[in-house]
Parts: sequence; C-alpha cells; structure tokens
Amino acid sequence: MSNMEKPVLKVDNLGIDFGGLTAVNNFSMEVYPNEIVGLIGPNGAGKTTVFNMLTKVYQQSRGTIILNGQDTDKLDTVATSKLGFARTFQNIRLFSNLSVLDNVKLGMHNSTNYSLIDGILRLPKYYSEEKKADEKAMDLLKIMSLDEYADIAAGSLPYGAQRRLEIARALATDPKILLLDEPAAGMNPQETEELMAMIRFVRDHFHIAVLLIEHDMRLVMGICERIYVLNYGMLLAKGTPDDIQNNTEVIKAYLGD
Amino acid sequence: MENVVNAFKKIFDKKHRGRTVSYLIVFAAYILCEVMMLTGNMTSQIRNLLIPCCSYIVASLALNLCVGFSGELSLGHAGFLGVGAFSGAVISGLLVDTIPSGVVRLILAMLVAAALNALLGFLIGIPVLKLQGDYLAIVTLAFCQIIKSLINNIYLGYDNNGIQFSFVENKLALGEGAHTLISGPMGVTGSQRISNFTVGIVLIIIALVIIYNMMYSRNGRAIMAARDNRIAALSVGINVTDTKMLAFVISAALTGAAGALYGLSFSSLSPAKFDFNLSILILVYVVLGGLGNVTGTIIATVILYVLPEMLRSLQDYRMLIYAVILIAIMLITNNQKFIVLSNQFSEKMRNLFKKKGAENHE
Amino acid sequence: MVFFSYLISGIGLGSVYAIIALGYTMVYGIAKMLNFAHGDVIMVGAYVAFFMLSRFGLPVIPSVLITILATTLLGVTIERLAYKPLRNASKLSVLITAIGVSYFLQNGAQLLWTSSPKIFTSIVGNGSLSLFGGSLTVDYATLLTILVCIIVMVALTLFINHTSTGRAMRACSEDQGAAQLMGIDVNKTISITFAIGSGLAALASVLLCSKYPSISPTLGSMPGIKAFTAAVFGGIGSIPGAFIGGLILGIIENLSKAYISTQLSDAIVFAVLIIILLIKPTGLLGKPMSEKV
Repeated sequence: MSNMEKPVLKVDNLGIDFGGLTAVNNFSMEVYPNEIVGLIGPNGAGKTTVFNMLTKVYQQSRGTIILNGQDTDKLDTVATSKLGFARTFQNIRLFSNLSVLDNVKLGMHNSTNYSLIDGILRLPKYYSEEKKADEKAMDLLKIMSLDEYADIAAGSLPYGAQRRLEIARALATDPKILLLDEPAAGMNPQETEELMAMIRFVRDHFHIAVLLIEHDMRLVMGICERIYVLNYGMLLAKGTPDDIQNNTEVIKAYLGD
Repeated sequence: MENVVNAFKKIFDKKHRGRTVSYLIVFAAYILCEVMMLTGNMTSQIRNLLIPCCSYIVASLALNLCVGFSGELSLGHAGFLGVGAFSGAVISGLLVDTIPSGVVRLILAMLVAAALNALLGFLIGIPVLKLQGDYLAIVTLAFCQIIKSLINNIYLGYDNNGIQFSFVENKLALGEGAHTLISGPMGVTGSQRISNFTVGIVLIIIALVIIYNMMYSRNGRAIMAARDNRIAALSVGINVTDTKMLAFVISAALTGAAGALYGLSFSSLSPAKFDFNLSILILVYVVLGGLGNVTGTIIATVILYVLPEMLRSLQDYRMLIYAVILIAIMLITNNQKFIVLSNQFSEKMRNLFKKKGAENHE
Repeated sequence: MVFFSYLISGIGLGSVYAIIALGYTMVYGIAKMLNFAHGDVIMVGAYVAFFMLSRFGLPVIPSVLITILATTLLGVTIERLAYKPLRNASKLSVLITAIGVSYFLQNGAQLLWTSSPKIFTSIVGNGSLSLFGGSLTVDYATLLTILVCIIVMVALTLFINHTSTGRAMRACSEDQGAAQLMGIDVNKTISITFAIGSGLAALASVLLCSKYPSISPTLGSMPGIKAFTAAVFGGIGSIPGAFIGGLILGIIENLSKAYISTQLSDAIVFAVLIIILLIKPTGLLGKPMSEKV
C-alpha cells in the first residue's frame, strides 16, 4: 500500500445522533484501492452504524463521506450502491425465497440492460442480457463455491454458504469497495480459514478495496493491512495489526478496566 | 429432433413446469367449455358463470401480483374492479352508435379501463408505497369506499346534443336520442352484454404472459427481492418504491380490464356490488391459491367461485359452510403437525419418483 | 345553534366509534392482528340486548350486563378457537381467519334471526334534553353515549396504567418475547385483551342501537370499518388515539352529512383518513416503528 495513491474512500469527522444520544462521533478514516482494512471494537462501539452511514441506511448528522472523489451527502442507499458501495449484513439479509442464482443476478439489477417491455415480450435483448447475467452470476458462484446450489432457494442454504452468497451478491454490483459486516460470525475455524483466503482472492481478482467488521481477531490480524478501532463511537486507535495488538488503550477497551 | 426434445424438456423442467401447467389448464378449460357449449351439454347456469369467472381469475392473478409477489396487501381491489366495470360500461355506451362491433368496443373498453386504473394505482402509490407497514391495505380500503360512494352519486347520459353529467343529484335532462349511462345508486342499466368468453380467455392469457414473463425478468426479480428483504434490495441498488409501484400499477391495470369484462357481461350493474366484501372475496382466492402461486390462484378461483354457485340448493347454509371451510383451511394449513406431515409426505413422494427415475435409467 | 346540535350528535356518534375502535386498537397493539370480526361481535351484542330487553322484558341494567357477558364470552371463544392456534402464522392467514369468523357470525345470525330488521327500543327512551330555551336539543341516547365513552376511557386508562394486568398488556404490546421472558403469560394477556375489547363491543352495540334502532345481521360491518378507520386515524395501537380518532371521525361524518352531502359523507370520511395518513403516516398519536439493520 502506498499513501501516494488517492484513497477510494475518505470519511471525515463522521457523526450521528439518535434522539440526543451520540452513537458515532468525529470518526475519520481512509481506505486505499486494493486494501483490506479492518474496523473493530467492542460490542455497541458503533461499527455497524458506520456501515449504515456509508450506505445511507442512516443519514449522518455530521461529517462527509467521499467515495471515488464524490461526496455522498445527497445520496440515498440506491445511489450509494450505484456509486460503488456494496455490503453484507451482520444478520444475513438474503432474498430467501429466490434461488441462489437469482440472488446474485439481483446484484446486477442495474447493469442488466433491458426494459420491462423487452422482458414481457421476450424481445432478443432480453435473451442476450439474461444470458450475460447468467454467465457472470455463475462465475461469481464458482468463485464462492456455490455453483452446485444455483437453483435452490437461498433461504435453505447452510449458514456459511449464506454468508458467501451475500458476498457474491455484493460483488455482482461491481463495487469499488466491499463492506463486510462480521463475515466470519458463526463459522468454525476451518470455514474461517477458507473465508480469509477467499477475501484475499476477491481483492486480488476484482481489484477492489475491502472494509470489514469482525470480532474474530485471528481473521482481522491475519488479513487486514490496516485496522481502525472504535470505542464508544469514537476512534480509539488506528494502525497496522502489530500496532493495534500492542496498543494498551485497545487492550484496555477490550478487557475492561 | 434433438432441438425439439430439448425445448420440450425445458418447458417441463423444474423452473418452468408451473408456467406450462397454467397455460395448459387455461387452454384445456377453454376447449372443454367450447365443446360443451357446441354440443349443448352446458347448462345456462354454468354458461352464465363463465365470463365472470374469467374476470375473477384475472383479478385474482392481478391481486396475487400485488399481495403475493410484491408483498403489499391491498384491500381495495374491488374499487379497481368497480372503476373498470363502470368506465368500461360508459365507453361501450358512448360508442354504441359509432362502433357497431361489440368485440371492438369491448377491447376498447378494457384498454380504457386498464389505463384509467393504472393512473389511479399510480396516484395511490405515490404517497403510500414509500411507507413501510400496512398502509397500502388501509389506504386501498379507504379508496374502495370512496370509489363506491362516488360512483353512487354519478349521473351520466347523452343525447343528440352531447354528454350530460351531474353529481349527487340527478339533474340530467336528456332530449332526443337519450341514453342514460349511469344513474346514481341504480348504476348502469340496460347496457349491451358484449363480453364474450373467448375474450375472457384471451385476457387470462395476457395476464399470464405479463405475470410470468415479468417474474422471470429483472423487473420481476426486483419485485420479489423488495418483498423478501427491503434493506438488502436497496443495498444492491434496487429502487424499492419504484419496483413496488410497477407491481401495483400493473395489478391495478389488469384488474381494470377484468372489471370492464365483468361489467359488460351484465345488462345492469350496481355500485353497491363493488364493496369491501368483494375485495375480500378476491383476497381469499389469492390466499387459498397460494401467495405467488399462479396455477394455484387460477384453480382456487375457479373452485371457490363456481362451488358456492353450485351449492345454491343449500341456500342459507351456503355461506356458513363457506366460512367454516375458510377457517378450517387456515387452521389446518398453519398447524405444526400438519406442516410436518405434509413435508414428510412430499419428501416420500419425491424419493419414490427419484427411485423410479433411477430404475428407468438403468 | 344548529351547528352545535350537529356537533354534539357528531360527538355522540364519534363516542360509539371510539368505543368500538378501542377493541381494534387494543387487539392490534397486543396481538398485532386486525380483528375484522369485531364489528360482528357488536352485531351479536345488539341481538342479545334486543332479546333481553324486548322479548324477555328484562330491565336495562341486567340486560346490559348479560349482553356484556355474552359478547365477552363470544370474543374469548373466538380467540381461543380461531386465533390462538395461529399465533405464529402469517399475518394474512390470521386476517383471512378473522374474515371467516366475520362471515360465520353474519351468516349464523341470518339463519338464527333472519335478515329482516328488528327494531330496538332505546334504553333511555326517545326523549331529549332541551337547552337554551329549546334552541338546542340533545337526545338522551347521545348524552348517554358521550357519558359512557368518557367513563370507559378514564377507567381503561387507569386500568392500563395502574394495574399489573395493564402493565402486562403494555409489556406485551412493546415486545412479546421480552414480556414472556419476564414471566408474563402472553396467551392469558391476549385473552384478557380480547375479553375487554368484546365487552366494550356490548356497550357499543347497546349505545349504537339506542340511536339507530334497526338491527340486522350486517349491522356491524360499516361501524366496524369506520371504527377501524378511527383507530388508524388516531394511531393504531394507541388507546387515547382511538378515542380522539373516533371523535374526529364522528364529527367529520356528521358535519359533512349536515353541510355537504349525506351521500358523500363516507367518501369524505375516508378521504380525510387518507390525507391524515399522508401527512402523519403513524396516525395522530401513533409511535413510529423502525427496523434494526
């Protein structure tokens, strides 16, 4: 990583209040292209709230978010997706009644280029675009080793596979930055190991930045190049895994006083 | 030859089987009815049910698009049927001298009714579909009541000098060449019954084509995604409000066309018919047919519409039995033991077929 | 003065709506279901009261008490047999079941008592109170309705806020799961809610029929839908909301009947509902809901 590059994501003095209660305050961070960055902190530190502000599920009270040089202040969730944010959710949010393949194709909703009329009248454009979408979706499913499940309902996948499918769906939107909210939650050590390899592969293969929230320190320390630590909604520390592991403030926050 | 076999396989594969069965059922029913009519084997009682039944099928398919596929409860589809029926009757009445052909007028009436309802659906949808929760149900319920009481107060007619319209009080003073189109609570009287069964079947096919083809396209996927998980849909860049709007407007338009078909199959039509109970009637077809289940909706509508009519001999007990059946079905299908048993049963059936399939391969 | 007399009778009508709306709003608040059969419980109450008063010639107080007992039993029975097994079912299944119950009650009533209307005799007679030298008259039925509505509201508010059962009801409406963990018997609380709502339906039926004496099997449908509207109006789930929603609805209905058009009064009522929801989606006193991401 070189600091000479322009950051893909730049967050300045971000803050949000919920009814007088400040959940996140004065939070700034940068993520550079092709970087894997961790966002950690104790429960309730405001990590997911940061993700929700980045993707405009919540509108921030203060501060700016700039993705690829563009301020997201006036955007909504749909527009942040078009701009290049893609995310997964802590409590998995799949389209559980739809097939695994359709879940991924939904990630391509805005890049599949045919109209309602093309679809209803089955004009040639429908077939060509659907074929393209099918192929791309199958490629993504193969990367996530989900191709054998393509036709079954997403809701009936095993837990770990559901988490991978969420990542595949997020990747299908052609993001600039991938936000992963506790991707290893509920996985056993072996699955976590595979997940780490997969996140690295995704970064290298798609040349995107990855920002991840995670409690599994082995994963965080193993793949993140830089780490931000949140505590009580404020930035507690930032640095390389080594810096963070030796930071007394961080250790205190995790172990309590 | 291989192409033909492959095409056949595709039609009957897991994904497309439901669609193929739906179309086949409709075609088979059409041919059966036509043959029975030609050979004189159909009682006039059943014959009179055919066109309304087509209308109800289209209306419940349309409602299923809204409730089942899009996940938005509407309690006001009777309002859309009413608008469709009355606007259709007006169009047909106005054009009765200019266009002698009944079929052409019927088609025009259905188109106008569909367009009018699409507009109404759009207007309702603008404020409501942004909100989450049961708002659409409540607003459409109110819409249905408003429509009913508005139509109840419309007096419309024309004579050689042009169209006359009055609201609340009947102030029509029609001269030579008088035609009364709508007369308040009396509704439409003495209109030509221009609906026909073939057009009804064609309308069902159109509804099926629209719903199936849309559901297997990006718009349809987005509709179901917005239903399954709103936040996730937004996060992949799907505009949930627009998507729900699309489903609702198409649902309203199809219901409008069904309404016109329905309205023009009777010579008189009262606004009181299009009340809350009619909305509920269609909703029952949809829920019993299965949310998002097209074939089920068609079958449920036919059975639930024709059966009570056939049970007229039971007279007073008819609706009581209907109510008991309704409650019983809901209780049984939601019973944990029943769900487990039926899952086991379908699992067994599947294994049975798999075994047979495997044997055949050997 | 004419205006005031319309206003007062509007408040009277609104008071009935408010009492019915309480049944909808309490059940929705706690069981999260639209009990579409509530209007028909009112209809059954009207018939029971009619038979007690006119056929058996019982005095007013025992008649009303028996009616309350009957509708309460009916409400609890419906809940036990039809709704309780569906506690974990989809909202639509419950809605359809409620509609089934509604059909059942209406058609059962039609079989038992035929569809020809029966004439209810007002429990307070047909007299009226003359005020300001006769320029303003208010009939006794309206006065009684308003009085009963106020008493019900005060009693219910005290009950909800100051008894352990009331506390349990509030807890269940906030979060059923948490309430259960705290040792609250959720099923029992829901049953009590149905009992109270149905008991109130008896009062509503006696008051409604004292003012509008013709009773038939479909008597409950329209007041039911209107009262449900009133509950949404005030913010579904909110008890003071049901009260205010009912009153406003009654006043709007009566004033538009008086000054705009009798035939259009329904359209106006529902149009106002839509407008209110557009301005304040949660109703006048409703709490906003938010989804946790």
